[in-house]
Amino acid sequence: MNKSAFHKKLLAGPYLVWMIGFTVIPLLLIAWYGFTARDGSFTLENVTAIRTPEHLKALGLSLALSLTCTGVCLLLAYPLAMILKGSGLGKKGFIVFIFILPMWMNFLLRTYAWLNLLDDGGILFQICKRLGLPTVSLVGTNTAIVLGMVYNYLPFMVLPLYNVLVKIDENVINAARDLGANSFQVFYKVILPLSFPGIVSGITMVFVPSLTTFAISDLLGARKILLIGNIIEQEFSTANNWHLGSGLSLVLMVFILISMAALSHYDKNGEGTSF
Amino acid sequence: MKTSMVELQHITKSYDGQMILDDLNLDIFENSFVTLLGPSGCGKTTTLRIIGGFEAPDKGKVLIEGRDITSVPAYKRPLNTVFQKYALFTHMNIEENIAFGLKIKNKSRQYIKDKIAYALKLVNLEGYEKRMPDSLSGGQQQRIAIARAIVNEPKVLLLDEPLGALDLKLRQDMQYELIRMKKELGITFVYVTHDQEEALTMSDHIVVMNQGYIQQQGSPETIYNEPENAFVADFIGDSNIMGATFIQDELVEIFGKRFACVDKGFGVNKPVDVVIRPEDVDLLPEGEGTLDGVVTHLIFKGVHYEMEVQAGGFEWLVHSTDLFPVGSKVSIHVDPFDIQIMNKPASEDEEALGVHE
Ligand SMILES: Nc1ncnc2c1ncn2[C@@H]1O[C@H](COP(=O)(O)OP(=O)(O)OP(=O)(O)O)[C@@H](O)[C@H]1O
Ligand SMILES: [Mg+2]
Repeated sequence: MNKSAFHKKLLAGPYLVWMIGFTVIPLLLIAWYGFTARDGSFTLENVTAIRTPEHLKALGLSLALSLTCTGVCLLLAYPLAMILKGSGLGKKGFIVFIFILPMWMNFLLRTYAWLNLLDDGGILFQICKRLGLPTVSLVGTNTAIVLGMVYNYLPFMVLPLYNVLVKIDENVINAARDLGANSFQVFYKVILPLSFPGIVSGITMVFVPSLTTFAISDLLGARKILLIGNIIEQEFSTANNWHLGSGLSLVLMVFILISMAALSHYDKNGEGTSF
Repeated sequence: MKTSMVELQHITKSYDGQMILDDLNLDIFENSFVTLLGPSGCGKTTTLRIIGGFEAPDKGKVLIEGRDITSVPAYKRPLNTVFQKYALFTHMNIEENIAFGLKIKNKSRQYIKDKIAYALKLVNLEGYEKRMPDSLSGGQQQRIAIARAIVNEPKVLLLDEPLGALDLKLRQDMQYELIRMKKELGITFVYVTHDQEEALTMSDHIVVMNQGYIQQQGSPETIYNEPENAFVADFIGDSNIMGATFIQDELVEIFGKRFACVDKGFGVNKPVDVVIRPEDVDLLPEGEGTLDGVVTHLIFKGVHYEMEVQAGGFEWLVHSTDLFPVGSKVSIHVDPFDIQIMNKPASEDEEALGVHE
C-alpha cells in the first residue's frame, strides 16, 4: 500500500522538477533581485519605483488597453460562441478548428502581419487611398495595439465561452421557454448566468497576457508607446537593470493576483444568484 | 360529456427524411391521465415536444381546447413540461427555480411566496427553499421539477419519463405521489413512459405506440385484457401469443385442439393470432384439460410460480399458485373469456401499422 502510494508520488517527479527549476527558482530570483540594490543590500526602491510618473503612466495605459482588449474580446467572442454552439453538430469541430487555426502560427509572425496591414503604405492604407478616403497609418497608436491584442487573444476568449455554452443542456433552455421566458429572458436569466465560469476564465486568459505584453506594443506601437511590459523588458535588456525590472514585475504580479482574486470572488457570487 | 383538451390532427414529422410520426391523430380529454407508451425510439418524446411547442410538425395541427396553437411558440402555450432529466436551473436555489415562471408573469411577491409554499408542500419538500438543486437527490430534484411546472397552473402537464432515472422503490413511491397530485390539482396529465407497469398503474387512458403509429388506445384494463394485435399483447405484460385457426364463432383451434372462446365475427376456418395471459392458463392433471403437456421449467416468483409447459410444440408460460414439479405431465385448460383473438397482420409492415379500422 505505502509502496504504491510512493510510486504514484514518483510519477509527479518530473513535474515537480520542472516546477522547481522553472517556476519556483525564477520567482525567488525575481523576488531577490526586486528587493535588492546593485550592491546586494536590501531596498524597497525597485518596488516603489512604480510611483514615478513615467512608470505610473505606462501601468495606467497598460491597464486601459488590456481592459479595452478584454472588453472587445468578450463582446466579439460571446455572439461568436453562441453561433458556434447553434451551428450543426457535425460542423462544430470544423468551425472551432477554423477559429483556432491562427493560433498555430507563430505569434510574432501574426503580429508582423498586422504591421503590414496597418502600416504607412500598408494594405489598409492602399484601400483607403483607392476609395479616396483619408489615408491613415494606425501603427504607433493605441488602436493598433488593441487591434493586435484582440486579434491574438480572441481565441482564448472564444474557447472557454464555447465550452461552457455547449455544456448547457438544451432541455434547461427548453424548460425556461416552457415556463414562459421569451428569447431575451432565456438569455439573461439562464444562458448568461450559466456561462459565467466561461466568462471568468476567458477574461483571465485574455486580460493577463494583454496586461503584460511587450511584443505587440513593441511592434504595433512602433516603439513610441510604452506599456508596463515594455518598460520591464527594457530594464532587463537595454538598461541592464535587473533589479528595477524585477521590482516592477513584482508590482505587476500583485496587480494580476488582486484582479484574479476579485474575479473568482465575483464568480462565486455570480453562480449563486439569479438576476 | 367529455371535452377535449389537447387534440393532435394528422401530425406528421420526419427527421432527415426518416418518418418518425405519420398521420398521428390523438384526442386527450380534459382532466384525464393519458400515457403514451411504447418502446424506445417510437416517437413518444417527439409527440410530447410537438404538444409542448419545442418542435414543429411537418404537417398537421395541435389544438388546445379547440384552439389551433400549431404556430404559437412554446413560451406562450398554456401548458408546462417536466423533462426527463429534471432540467433544473443549477444557478438558482429551489425557491428561485420554482418562482421562475411566476416572476416572468410578474406575479406579486406574496403570491409567489404562497405558491412556493403550496408547491413544496404538495411535493413533500417543505424547508428546501434555500437548497441548491445539486445538493438534492434524483427523486427530490424530480419533485422540484414538478413543483416548478405546476405553480404556473397549466391546463396540461406534460411529463417525459419523469421517473426514468429513479430506482424501483422510489419510482413506485413517486407513482403514487403523482396520482395523488393529479387528483389534487385536477389538471390534464400527458405522461410518457416505456414502462408498461407504470402505464397500467397510473393512467386513465393508455396510448400504445410503435414506430410512429398508434397501435391501440384505451383504458388500462382494455389494453391489458383485450390487446388488438400481437405487438400490444407482447408489449403489455407477459403473454402467450400463438397462431391458431378460428373455426367458427366462439370456437378456436389451437395446436389441433378446440377451445371454446367468446369472440365472434372472425370468419370461418380463418387463421388468427391468439393471446392468452400466463395467469389465465389453468393446469390440471393429465387428461383432464384440453391440451396435454409436460412442465419443463419452474421458478418461484414470490406471489406465484412461473412454469414453462411444453404442449403442442409450444412453450407455454404459466403463472400459478399451484406447484407442478418439472417433468410432471399436465393438461392445459383456458376459460373461454380468457382467450383473446386477434387478426393476423398480413405483412411485417402491417404489423407496425397496427390494426386497421
Ligand atoms: N433532433 C432529432 N434529429 C434527428 N432524429 C431525431 C431527433 N429527435 C428524435 N429523432 C429520432 O426520432 C425517433 C423518435 O425519437 P423519440 O425521441 O421521439 O423517441 P422516444 O419514443 O421518446 O424514445 P425513448 O423511449 O428512447 O425516449 C428516433 O429514431 C430518434 O432517433
Ligand atoms: Mg424519449
